[in-house]
Amino acid sequence: MSTFAFHELTVGYGDGAPVIAGLSLEIPDGAVVALLGANGAGKTTLLRAACGLVPARGGRVLLDGEDLSGLSTEDRVRRGLALVPEGRSVVAELTVEENLRLGALWRHRGPARTRAVEAAYELFEPLARRRGAAGHTLSGGERQMLALARALVADPTVLLLDEPSLGLAPLVVSQLLGVLRDTAERTGLTVLLAEQNVTGALSVADRGVVLSLGEAVADRPAASLAADPALRHAYLGF
Amino acid sequence: MRLTLRAALITLAAIAATFGLDPFRNYQLATAAGVFAAVAGLTVLVGLTGQLSLGHAVLMAAGGYGYAAAATAVEETAPWPLVLLTGLGGAAAASGVLGLLLGLAAARLRGPYLAGLTLALVIALPSAANVLPLGGEQGRPAPFFPVPEALSALIAVEQWHAWLAIAVSAAAVTPLVALRSGRAGLRMRAVLGDETAARLSGVDPALVKTGAFLASAIPAGLGGAVLAIATQQVAPGGYGLAFSLLLVVAAVIGGLGSIGGAAIGSVLVVALPWLVDTAAEAVPADLGQRLTGNLAVLLFGAVVIAVTLARPGGIASLLTGRTRTGKPIKDRIPSEDAALSTNTER
Amino acid sequence: MDRFVFLLSTGLARGAVLALFALSLVIVWRAARVVNFAQAAMAVVAVYAAFALTAASGSYWLGLAGGLAIGALLGAAVERGLMRRLPHLTPLPGMIVAIGLVMVLQSGLAIAFGPEHRPMRPPFSERPFVIGGVPVLSPYELFVLVTAAAVMGALALLFTRTSLGLRLRAAAFAPETSRLLGVRVPRMVTLGWTLSVATAALAALLLVPTELGLNPHAADLLFVNAFAVAVVGGLDSPLGALAAGIGVGVLSGLVTGYVSASAAPLAVLALLMVVLLLRPGGLFAPKEARRA
Repeated sequence: MSTFAFHELTVGYGDGAPVIAGLSLEIPDGAVVALLGANGAGKTTLLRAACGLVPARGGRVLLDGEDLSGLSTEDRVRRGLALVPEGRSVVAELTVEENLRLGALWRHRGPARTRAVEAAYELFEPLARRRGAAGHTLSGGERQMLALARALVADPTVLLLDEPSLGLAPLVVSQLLGVLRDTAERTGLTVLLAEQNVTGALSVADRGVVLSLGEAVADRPAASLAADPALRHAYLGF
Repeated sequence: MRLTLRAALITLAAIAATFGLDPFRNYQLATAAGVFAAVAGLTVLVGLTGQLSLGHAVLMAAGGYGYAAAATAVEETAPWPLVLLTGLGGAAAASGVLGLLLGLAAARLRGPYLAGLTLALVIALPSAANVLPLGGEQGRPAPFFPVPEALSALIAVEQWHAWLAIAVSAAAVTPLVALRSGRAGLRMRAVLGDETAARLSGVDPALVKTGAFLASAIPAGLGGAVLAIATQQVAPGGYGLAFSLLLVVAAVIGGLGSIGGAAIGSVLVVALPWLVDTAAEAVPADLGQRLTGNLAVLLFGAVVIAVTLARPGGIASLLTGRTRTGKPIKDRIPSEDAALSTNTER
Repeated sequence: MDRFVFLLSTGLARGAVLALFALSLVIVWRAARVVNFAQAAMAVVAVYAAFALTAASGSYWLGLAGGLAIGALLGAAVERGLMRRLPHLTPLPGMIVAIGLVMVLQSGLAIAFGPEHRPMRPPFSERPFVIGGVPVLSPYELFVLVTAAAVMGALALLFTRTSLGLRLRAAAFAPETSRLLGVRVPRMVTLGWTLSVATAALAALLLVPTELGLNPHAADLLFVNAFAVAVVGGLDSPLGALAAGIGVGVLSGLVTGYVSASAAPLAVLALLMVVLLLRPGGLFAPKEARRA
């Protein structure tokens, strides 16, 4: 069965040619799927359209068989979708604790909220040491950690990640991806991971989807994708 | 050259039109001409640089006081054309200095701050008139120009003042038109579009904003001089908040950035209150008294809201047809492009 | 010296009202990134409602409650009906619509109620207490101070200690991120307007009994002074609004007392000009200010 799917999705800006052209994609329950492709392939646009931040021109976004197309971003999130956008979307004016509580607000009430926040600190120990620090004082790695923790604290069923490794040190990246894989295995979370860091992404993913100019040109098990030099050359640039 | 010719033709046509009007209408026309000069300055400022001034009435007042002071100083000794020119020089100097000061502030401030500062300026004007040597509430008298003898058989004094008003306004607005369509206008649009990009292209935003304010202030000051010519006095009461907001209304209704629109807007803000008040005299006295002066303001407010919500190009864009899809900046400020970004922001 | 103490204490009460109104401007600025130039006109509509209610019922308190409710409703209605429909790319359309709204509301009030000043009676005496032979605050001024302090304290608690406050702050700082965390941002914006205009209405309700009387322009000067206060304190800083409000209130009280009443607006204008030119972000602006 498939929890999360795009059906004939078309997205574009203004009057220009569509960035995503009639894309169909099914992501099975609990799968970790790497979304690969060069700059401008449409990865970010696809994730933003999934959350309703960019309006779709046509097609559907399905979650558990329900069409999300008519729903606002807030309501999609409340159906179990979570997006960690590119560029460490920490609210700089709020503290670490407030950022995490904000993430938990709609999902948990009362003591359960405190428990969920504490669980996030256990998952990301460096954050626990900086509870009271304002968002703008965090390092790049801490911000990305906080953004991921804040998304997970709401127990989403589908997690969309946009370039979590961008601009981070390799060690931090492997730590983040490790937590991601463990969480997915432990909770059965479905993950769609957009990355330029192909090796890193394929190392945690079951499957890889390659986007080029708004269309899916390959959809295969991660291992076979990593081993195909022709594909790597053509679309991933190495 | 084509611009000068066009300006001369429009000016002559306006002067010819005064023959078709009775003295009161000619007085109104003179007022509208003064308002037009100020609104033209304001509409270029707001439409091209995006800076909202709520204080253009004070710039008009400064021009009026400058005119009165300079013209009165030479009134006894000089022939009338020289008195007029000296007065206009005084008006340009006074409004120019104030405009330069505000422009220096504007260069450092973003939208709402500048609007608030100019608003405070309007509110402080009556106090300033009392504290500074400006004659308090009575204000200052300005010289009276009788009809020259050669014309006295032909026209009445109101028509003569309308001629002077039209000529002064034409002289104030024509350079503004040239400025708007020339390099300076391009720089202003560049700064409005993206200050950083403008800076990278060698345009200094602070200089452009200060210059734009100055270029907008001087026509406003000359407009103030026109009103002083028509009424022979300058008093703070005439340049309050209500009048200042009317100038904004005229610019918005006409379409921000459009000089032709400014002309339409100016005629409307002078003529409509009078029409409405005339109509209000027909209803019972008590209600009529309440409607006088208020109904017109209510209508203007409603129109401004409606125009901003529905028709960002103003009335001028209705007359010239559809809003062009080539999108000049003035059409872009309010709505179309922004629809996209509001979707992502909200 | 006696005169100084008297001017200082009345300046304090005036400053509290100013701070409250400035706080209302800060709230709506933080919620929606607009300076609401119609704040005074909207607040005065609420005062007229309170006036009518008090006249009909004979109770000051019923009028006060009704006025606050009308202010809150008006704030929500203006946001839903007008401001939401505008693009937010530049502040210009919002400012222009607010100006249109000022004209509609003020002339509407003048048509409905007539232009005359209607005296409003304060609920407490305005005769100052005399302590050690020195006249200080009047009971009404004390009431104003206590009310303003209580409301500002309650707002501070709401914003910093409750989850609603957390949502309001997050929606103001980072609308898109907040939506991704399930915060209903449009609702938060409406709520910000509601709180803001209710606060402004309270400030106007406290002010008008000490002035010449209720008229459509009764809060114009309050708005200009409060705007100056909000700018001096920094539009993003509630604490700045409080400190600058007290400061400007005392300053204009002293200038009125020692120079003349007509010099006070000039003093405020001069202060505004100096602060804007030296520190455009306000005296209390945070180091890493977010761009509008």
